[in-house]
Amino acid sequence: MAQRNMDSKKTAMPEQDAKKRAANFEEVALGYTEDMAKNEAMRCLQCKNQPCVAGCPVNVQIPDFIKLIGEGKYVEAYDKIRETNGLPAVCGRVCPQETQCEERCVRGIKGEPVGIGRLERFCSDYAIAKGAKPTECASATGKKAAVIGSGPAGLTCAADLAKAGVDVTVFEAFHIPGGVLVYGIPEFRLPKALVQKEIDALKAMGVKIETDMVMGRVLTIDELKEMGYDTIFIGTGAGLPSFMHIPGENYNGVYSANEFLTRINLMKGYKFPEYDTPVRRHKNLAVIGGGNVAMDSARCAKRLGADNVYIVYRRSEAEMPARNEEIEHAKEEGIVFSFLVSPTAILGNSDGYVTGMTLQKMELGEPDSSGRRRPVPIEGSEYDIELDAVVVAIGQSPNPLLRKATPGLKAQSWGGIIADEQTGATSIEGVYAGGDAVSGAATVILAMGAGKTAAKAMLEYMDKK
Amino acid sequence: MFKILKKRTLSEQVKLMVIDAPLIAKKAEAGQFIILRVNEKGERIPLTIADYDRSAGTVTIIFQEVGKTTMLLGTLNEGDSLADVVGPLGNASHFDSNIKKAAVIGGGLGSAIAYPQAKKLHAMGVDVTSIVGFRNKELIILEDEIRAVSKKLIVTTDDGSNGNKGFVTDALKQEIESGEKFDLVIAIGPLIMMKFVSKLTKEYGIKTMISMNPVMIDGTGMCGVCRVTVAGKTKFACIDGPDFDGHEVDFDEAMRRQTMYKKHEEESCNLFKGVR
Repeated sequence: MAQRNMDSKKTAMPEQDAKKRAANFEEVALGYTEDMAKNEAMRCLQCKNQPCVAGCPVNVQIPDFIKLIGEGKYVEAYDKIRETNGLPAVCGRVCPQETQCEERCVRGIKGEPVGIGRLERFCSDYAIAKGAKPTECASATGKKAAVIGSGPAGLTCAADLAKAGVDVTVFEAFHIPGGVLVYGIPEFRLPKALVQKEIDALKAMGVKIETDMVMGRVLTIDELKEMGYDTIFIGTGAGLPSFMHIPGENYNGVYSANEFLTRINLMKGYKFPEYDTPVRRHKNLAVIGGGNVAMDSARCAKRLGADNVYIVYRRSEAEMPARNEEIEHAKEEGIVFSFLVSPTAILGNSDGYVTGMTLQKMELGEPDSSGRRRPVPIEGSEYDIELDAVVVAIGQSPNPLLRKATPGLKAQSWGGIIADEQTGATSIEGVYAGGDAVSGAATVILAMGAGKTAAKAMLEYMDKK
Repeated sequence: MFKILKKRTLSEQVKLMVIDAPLIAKKAEAGQFIILRVNEKGERIPLTIADYDRSAGTVTIIFQEVGKTTMLLGTLNEGDSLADVVGPLGNASHFDSNIKKAAVIGGGLGSAIAYPQAKKLHAMGVDVTSIVGFRNKELIILEDEIRAVSKKLIVTTDDGSNGNKGFVTDALKQEIESGEKFDLVIAIGPLIMMKFVSKLTKEYGIKTMISMNPVMIDGTGMCGVCRVTVAGKTKFACIDGPDFDGHEVDFDEAMRRQTMYKKHEEESCNLFKGVR
């Protein structure tokens, strides 16, 4: 084995030049070469107590797969990740590693942690390009499960059930499966062809996917039970956009981040008129919010040709929930960050189009329930900026459609489905739930963890039944 | 894939299609809509369910060829299939059982959308007066169908070419002034028409339901593009509607919102006409 690499910094990730990429939708990070991957793998200390694994919501055997990469066994490394994680190529790209596995990496104490996400991505891309062999499934149990929603939670749950020999059907409301992976996260961060490959892998395991199915409308939970599904998983995500409820929010040019991103990512509005769904190309656009969704919206706007794109966030940079990499990439691409400001009104003309926004300066007060310092408005500090569009990216809550159509399905006052933390069990027997539909908007990997937890409980439930 | 089983031309630009969609047909109710996509590069457009047949497993749509997608849809024939049909979406129209007399107003294509409402009211034993208006007599659609579910039918034309010149609002006003006591008015058509019907009925204090048909993407409450201000509050037409109290809707805002993609629609249309 090669010598351990004691460089305090991660092996650099090759990226598209910032100026060039700000004008296209191709992937920003280009991925490691074999040499880079081996070099980075050798930074791993192979700790006995594996703190990184404890930081992973799906318990990927991190030192093990990294060791395999160091030995040049890339496909084996991929298979090692696949033992506990059905979507490694996705997670390597979109997981907030810095607050999970990499946060706990021992190398991070005196330098940068091991680039776990980058290595995960490398071996996944390598194995997929080589044509990874389909996951082997146990022989059919004769049991049937329905999974509602084909986002990260649903796909993970479906994969684990199929592996155990269950006949699984996934129901998706949109015309393409993938949930937030296809409608929310942009192409330049997560190529859609890659998501499709993950879906294809699932189909190869025998999972059936029914698109155009708005559950609760076209079929109810009770009807699914009558159709012979022994157990049901609800992974319907957080699809209801929040607005600020400030004056001017219905002017033309004000979007929910969901609308803006869906037009661009799912409907391919950036290819209009080749694709029929239009998206306006704005000159001066502000995105309200500081999460990954806000970063994605801002960077999409830039790629559509905007001269000025602002991120407007009411706290300071330290409190921003977005991944560090996304913030860095956004800055490199020329996105302008305005911290400690909050909009009080959106301004428009008599034709109903956005002309600007009134912002109020904020200062940080005492920590609030989230542990972050609460922004407090500074009286009389309002000022106006000129804009022709505003994207509201302040969060989403669970979509109420299925919940409203399902009497007996208990939910929190804010809309989250109530599910047991250990099992995902809901108030209805045989019905489980997980992901953003339960937690409110969170991350891909947490949703996957919840899908996994539920699948385990669903298997046990079917065994007992 | 969703197969087109039947196609009928109602007027030069208005077509009717019966689509094979058994699961949707099983649940569809008057007032609800579907979202369709013609092909893989198509946009998602909402269309009201004009009729359904649960036993045959079909839903009927009626559309006017006004944009690229509806023009393209109009070129499809029986036996062709649509890439996607999603539904039933939106809330079914709800009518109080104590309604005795109702006026159902349809403007242009809106008449096709108002028809299932008139049909439902008629089936409930309500005395229905239907007032439908068109630009000229060539554009009149579903006259026989609407007559069959109405106690009285008034057809107006903007240019008087059918012998009854005027707007639906004029005809409605005349009915009210002549002493007809409507418990409910339903108005479906262009925003400007629904606005003026609502303005008129507000003067007389008659409850009025209108049906919004704004731009939508998902139709499940996810994108919020269909925002409409009702009684000063923002509602989503897809999950809170599409029916709203006409006296509470901010029609002026809705009309401004409708202009958002006008240029894009023209560009798409011109391209489509050019390549055809």
